[in-house]
Amino acid sequence: MSVSTPPTTRHFTERLTLHYDPSLKRNRFNQIATAIAGFFAVVAVIPLFLVIIYVLFQGGRLLSLQLLTELPPAPGLEGGGIGNAILGTIVVTLVASLIAIPVGVGGGVYLSEYAQNGWFSRFVRFGNDVLAGVPSIICGVFIYSLIVATRIFFDQSFSAMAGGIALSVLMLPTVIKTTYEGLLLVPQELRWGAYGVGASRFVTITRITLPAAFTPIATGVVLGIARAAGETAPLIFTALFSPFWPEGLFNPIATMSVLIFNFAIMPYEAQNELAWAASFVLVIMILGANLLARWISRVSRT
Amino acid sequence: MTASPSSTVASDVCMSLQDVTISYGSFEAVKNVYMDLPKGKVTAFIGPSGCGKSTVLRALNRMNDLIPGCSLKGRVIFDQHDLYDRRVDPVEVRRRIGMVFQKPNPFPKSIYENIAFGARINGYKGDMDELVERSLRKAAVWDECKDKLKESGFSLSGGQQQRLCIARAIATEPEVILMDEPCSALDPISTLKIEETMHELKRSYTIMIVTHNMQQAVRVADMTAFFNAEAVEGGTGKVGYLVEFNETENIFNSPSQQSTLDYVSGRFG
Repeated sequence: MSVSTPPTTRHFTERLTLHYDPSLKRNRFNQIATAIAGFFAVVAVIPLFLVIIYVLFQGGRLLSLQLLTELPPAPGLEGGGIGNAILGTIVVTLVASLIAIPVGVGGGVYLSEYAQNGWFSRFVRFGNDVLAGVPSIICGVFIYSLIVATRIFFDQSFSAMAGGIALSVLMLPTVIKTTYEGLLLVPQELRWGAYGVGASRFVTITRITLPAAFTPIATGVVLGIARAAGETAPLIFTALFSPFWPEGLFNPIATMSVLIFNFAIMPYEAQNELAWAASFVLVIMILGANLLARWISRVSRT
Repeated sequence: MTASPSSTVASDVCMSLQDVTISYGSFEAVKNVYMDLPKGKVTAFIGPSGCGKSTVLRALNRMNDLIPGCSLKGRVIFDQHDLYDRRVDPVEVRRRIGMVFQKPNPFPKSIYENIAFGARINGYKGDMDELVERSLRKAAVWDECKDKLKESGFSLSGGQQQRLCIARAIATEPEVILMDEPCSALDPISTLKIEETMHELKRSYTIMIVTHNMQQAVRVADMTAFFNAEAVEGGTGKVGYLVEFNETENIFNSPSQQSTLDYVSGRFG
């Protein structure tokens, strides 16, 4: 040791071993905090599993070909199925998709590709966020007064069309937002590349930018459809219900969610069972849609 | 401003910048540039970061239109037209003045489609297979691509992707190719290959290239423009300007301005 080095004063006199010591205060605290957070994480997913297991248990055993293809029985009778409601849900969701996808994707393209960040586009984006938070029953009442009460379609009141329009209002925010955000993720260099070889803005968007953002857009659309397909409140006022097979777009139509709502509170055993069966089918369909959305994003990422 | 500029531009000049000032919002990025860019030559733009050389390059095919708030004063004459005349269609400008960017940006399509895309939207009627092969050959990337034309452009290495982007630019048969630091994201070997490509290309095209690499300017450019930036009174930042524009040899061996000498000899920047 050289003599010139001044003696350093050590404030941390006690030097511990470098090995992990579980009895230390900070380590114990860390373990407790991890355990609490983990517990709440488990609690958070419990409802999902309980719902699925319960619906599976109550409704799954009723699953049969007859359930999927027959009409519900008249009150007091046994048997029957929910075929009309399954078909109705598909029809109404299809109508909603046909409206919400073009409008939503178009709006998202406008916000991301055309709009300067001015007051109008900020207003649209803010309005869209607000629309996403509007309770679904409000959408139902709105379409009820706009379309059903005014009998605007061929003097028909309740109709599949009205139900589809109500659901499209619910889907719209999801589709716009995911389209907009998906397009924002497309690297600017890609657009420059297209402009650099002389592409117009329209060609750039339709041939380069939109295909590049296909994954997030498709995912958003599927999630939007899944959300809309399970909605009840907006359909009660608009599509109403029907114990028969669908009679066209401008007549009342049965849907699974409304069927559950109606049949679950009826004082008949057969109807209650059908409500459980419909719950099961609906949950499986929505689960399937979510899995499809995940699959889309997985497949095109590779 | 509307008078025909043809009389003022010599026939061997490809593009002529006349008192060009480019601003982002109210901030002037580069000021009062006069330049006659010669036809059939490679012109390099060099200078420290923030001197506006990329901004000037992008002004040559109206790429700056895509940057919000960017505006240009003065005139950019190409083929007897002022590119910033209100009647000029920027899409048409970019068809005749192609561009290669700093980062390789192939489209998320097959190699073949990357080349065919530009040609198709420009209304190319001939043999597409032949055009794809010819463009890839000119960009010196045919041998690496010929067996995987159906594969994604992203399956190529960075240097190959950049040459694919050059091939894509060539396929539309532009008169001018602008290159914005085309080798900055590449390794030395890929850089060398791109430089060889440029030597081939200048027989049929006019090339303007922005580069941070002075050796690259010496190797590829016939003409070199040196830009610098300086703080101005009451300004919000440094304003770029053109210091000197001459044959590359003169710029590097006997520059007329002290700041050019300082820059090319590595004393600053």
